[in-house]
Amino acid sequence: MARALYIHWPFCARKCPYCDFNSHVRAEVDYARWQDALVADMRHEAAPASEDTLTSIFFGGGTPSLMPPALVEALLREAEALWGFAPDIEITLEANPSSVEAARFAALAGAGIDRVSLGLQSLDDEALRFLGRLHDAREGLEALDTAQRHFDRVSFDLIYALPGQSEDSWRDQLSRSLGFGTGHVSLYQLTIEPGTRFATDVRRGTFEPKDADEAGDMYALTHELTEAAGLPAYEISNHARPGEKSRHNLTYWRYSDYAGIGPGAHGRRGGVATQRHRKPENWLAAVARSGHGIADERALGASEQASEALLMGLRLAEGIDLAEIGARSGLAFDTLVEPSKLALYADLGFLHLAGNRVQVTPRGMPLLDALLGEIVASDLVAA
Amino acid sequence: MGAAMTDLTKIRNFSIIAHIDHGKSTLADRLIQVTGGLTDREMSEQVLDNMDIERERGITIKAQTVRLNYTARDGETYELNLMDTPGHVDFAYEVSRSLAACEGALLVVDAAQGVEAQTLANVYQSIEHDHEIVPVINKIDLPAAEPDQVRAEIEDIIGLDASGSWEEGGAVLTSAKSGIGVEDVLEAIVARIPPPKGDRDAPLKAMLVDSWYDPYLGVVILVRVIDGAIRKGQQVRFMQGGTQHLIDRVGAFTPKRTDLPEIGPGEIGFITAQIKEVEQARVGDTITTVKGGAEAPLKGYKEVQPVVFCGLFPVDAADFEKLRESIGKLRLNDASFSYEIESSAALGFGFRAGFLGLLHLEIIQERLSREYDLDLITTAPSVVYRVHLGHTRTEDAKVIEIHNPADWPDVNRIEVVEEPWIKAVIYTPDDYLGAILKLCQDRRGIQTDLTYVGGRAQVSYELPLNEVVFDFYDRLKSISRGYASFDYEQIGSREGDLVKMNILVNNEAVDALSLIVHRSVAEERGRGMCERLKDLIPRHLFKIPIQAAIGGKIIARETIAALRKDVTAKCYGGDITRKKKLLEKQKKGKARMREYGNVSIPQEAFIAALRMGEE
Repeated sequence: MARALYIHWPFCARKCPYCDFNSHVRAEVDYARWQDALVADMRHEAAPASEDTLTSIFFGGGTPSLMPPALVEALLREAEALWGFAPDIEITLEANPSSVEAARFAALAGAGIDRVSLGLQSLDDEALRFLGRLHDAREGLEALDTAQRHFDRVSFDLIYALPGQSEDSWRDQLSRSLGFGTGHVSLYQLTIEPGTRFATDVRRGTFEPKDADEAGDMYALTHELTEAAGLPAYEISNHARPGEKSRHNLTYWRYSDYAGIGPGAHGRRGGVATQRHRKPENWLAAVARSGHGIADERALGASEQASEALLMGLRLAEGIDLAEIGARSGLAFDTLVEPSKLALYADLGFLHLAGNRVQVTPRGMPLLDALLGEIVASDLVAA
Repeated sequence: MGAAMTDLTKIRNFSIIAHIDHGKSTLADRLIQVTGGLTDREMSEQVLDNMDIERERGITIKAQTVRLNYTARDGETYELNLMDTPGHVDFAYEVSRSLAACEGALLVVDAAQGVEAQTLANVYQSIEHDHEIVPVINKIDLPAAEPDQVRAEIEDIIGLDASGSWEEGGAVLTSAKSGIGVEDVLEAIVARIPPPKGDRDAPLKAMLVDSWYDPYLGVVILVRVIDGAIRKGQQVRFMQGGTQHLIDRVGAFTPKRTDLPEIGPGEIGFITAQIKEVEQARVGDTITTVKGGAEAPLKGYKEVQPVVFCGLFPVDAADFEKLRESIGKLRLNDASFSYEIESSAALGFGFRAGFLGLLHLEIIQERLSREYDLDLITTAPSVVYRVHLGHTRTEDAKVIEIHNPADWPDVNRIEVVEEPWIKAVIYTPDDYLGAILKLCQDRRGIQTDLTYVGGRAQVSYELPLNEVVFDFYDRLKSISRGYASFDYEQIGSREGDLVKMNILVNNEAVDALSLIVHRSVAEERGRGMCERLKDLIPRHLFKIPIQAAIGGKIIARETIAALRKDVTAKCYGGDITRKKKLLEKQKKGKARMREYGNVSIPQEAFIAALRMGEE
């Protein structure tokens, strides 16, 4: 009954120092072999599916803009044959804003991609170098321009709250960015993830991450500016004009089912969690061996499903409906959260309660992890 | 060993007085080895200290004895009973009973370190028991050894003869480690320590020196027979405890446990009598026969009273039953601590326990965590206050004893509060004297004496015990880099302007953090606690005031700022698993905290808040 399909392309030209996604640098990639393997992995996920047609497809990575457009097209054809496409299907591809990749945008659009998410990351050359990006600001903006000409919908990412970045310089950059006319932006605060080069740098004292208080201020500023520009936050780090939200990503946050294929991809199908082999070679070998790349497939308990639904759903401005999550997981809805904490944090202005609906307010958003630790019922997590 | 009765003139009972690390255990091992108590193969280092904690800390908690048979240079065979006494002031009463069982003592002094303060206290006790003291200067083969200077110290500080050869009444020179002078020590014991007195035909009178629980034998009792003899099959009466028992085993440690037909007058040995709890075998009690027994008990019996109290709570509330069971087991072997159930709003169910002193408290706490694998929260140690209450319309004036801040009465009813004081003797290299004087001064101390010997100073202070129970000893160690030694005795109660200080976290008083302080130091102490709590309590979603208050008056305040940002910026399908793990970790961390006024307080805060810190 999967309605959303995620396809992971694990290769990058270079590993970025902040990124902890499943990405790998390889000198050569055998595209034909990868096409066959991805098709096989996809067929495995399609087999247990019902008549539901696909409402979204997302090519993530890695750097999927490095995929040959023909490969993208072949995968889309296969997906359509297996599931069928809903009339308003959204097909997104993550792209790097380099000139080489921009040159493929026309062909990718021709292959069926109708939305790109562009990894602009910054408008400042020095920041781009710090972030280990291969493009400079001018090249990035040109790629954005190309993308806007070829795709119906364009989003771009920026990373902020960098070490030493002032509130003023972020205000300038964001204001400029909001003038580019896209319907969607993803604005991420830099976080230091374990296992990345930045984590080592911080440990060695090469640089210090931005102080949480200042980062909190920049988060508030970001909300203010995007709201004023007509792209309010609909999720912690995602902003969109009306009708421009990422429907694919909403699938995750609303905790609906999604199929995930390719190395390291996660999926949820009817209360079963799937995870593919992370390392490209292992994944390829697994597909060759057993016709799919699954490393782990596990039925989630009711409380586990409920806690996942809560921690994803509360990222959204629309919040969650306790009764609905209760009904889906088969748990009494008043056992999902700690009622006294819910009341306390509603009083403090971090939550908005309306009937069974719980919403995290803009004030609560930058504190969501701490809030979840408080309000999610302990029994749900301990189980 | 035949059934022959031992001639009193051939018995010597002695203890060994020594500062930690001056070589007591090594010397004892050598004496056992030379007299053939154990073969070389059976010798393990430091035979006497049985418990792990004793080994690690180099202190003896329970008295132990070893009987040695030594054929002296005069051709006669002597029975030497070596008494290993507990080595810390917390166990002063046990020490006094061990000493009362002996006629003499070896004073072991390190040839390089010289006389230490703690040794002095034990020497004085030994002198009070009219002991013949034989000085032994040990470690004479160390490069830094200065035996002549140590001889002079023994004469100047203690007033014992130490000059001349041991035959002339001087000190014995030894190196227990390399075996030098060990036979001279044995000869000096025979020649200089007087034999015990006793009357075999008088009714049985035996002193209960110490007792412990043995899983196979039940309670084992160490006795010194004064008059008469103690045998298997005797019906005996404990004159203070009032209980009767059938003796089922009589023997001595050589150091192996060896059964004997009897323990005669002047002798030291052990008995068992199917006793299940050490509480029934109280140190200092007099054992006599049921029929034809002694009329009056021996002098010097005292019931020991706990002087330091604290709360012990399991970190995990589910461990309460385990804690109850473990404390009960420990108490089987140590009747000197008391406990009762206590409940705290912050910490749940636990126990209020009383101890003979701080070391005793630490030992029990450590045994609970080590031997019974319990994670404990220990609340601020408290002493016993005598609170004089005025009369009310319904109640007469009275005096109550309080050792728990939670029981502190309404201020309006308190007329006078008395607190226990101690006399402390600190012995230190004089480089650290300034810092030590300041420490004592800060803790409301009154200096009573200050003397210098060589490069060392001995300073005496009268101090309120409640100023010592927190971290006085730790601070002393740290400012003297471990060189200062500290010894104390209780000198009774004095009036003091004592108040209960509450710590309020987010405007709610946390009972486990309340303490009784002197008004003159309350503000400083309150400020210190608030500052430390500010660092110990993690930031929350809201700002948290931390206040110290006496009654309704706030005397110190700190604020923990609210958390500003704590969020996973990027979270898509693949990240649910990681995010879930993060949440699990968060919840686990919270389970180890205590919630108070919506604030989660980490368990370590309860202990660390009380440390006075690096002033």
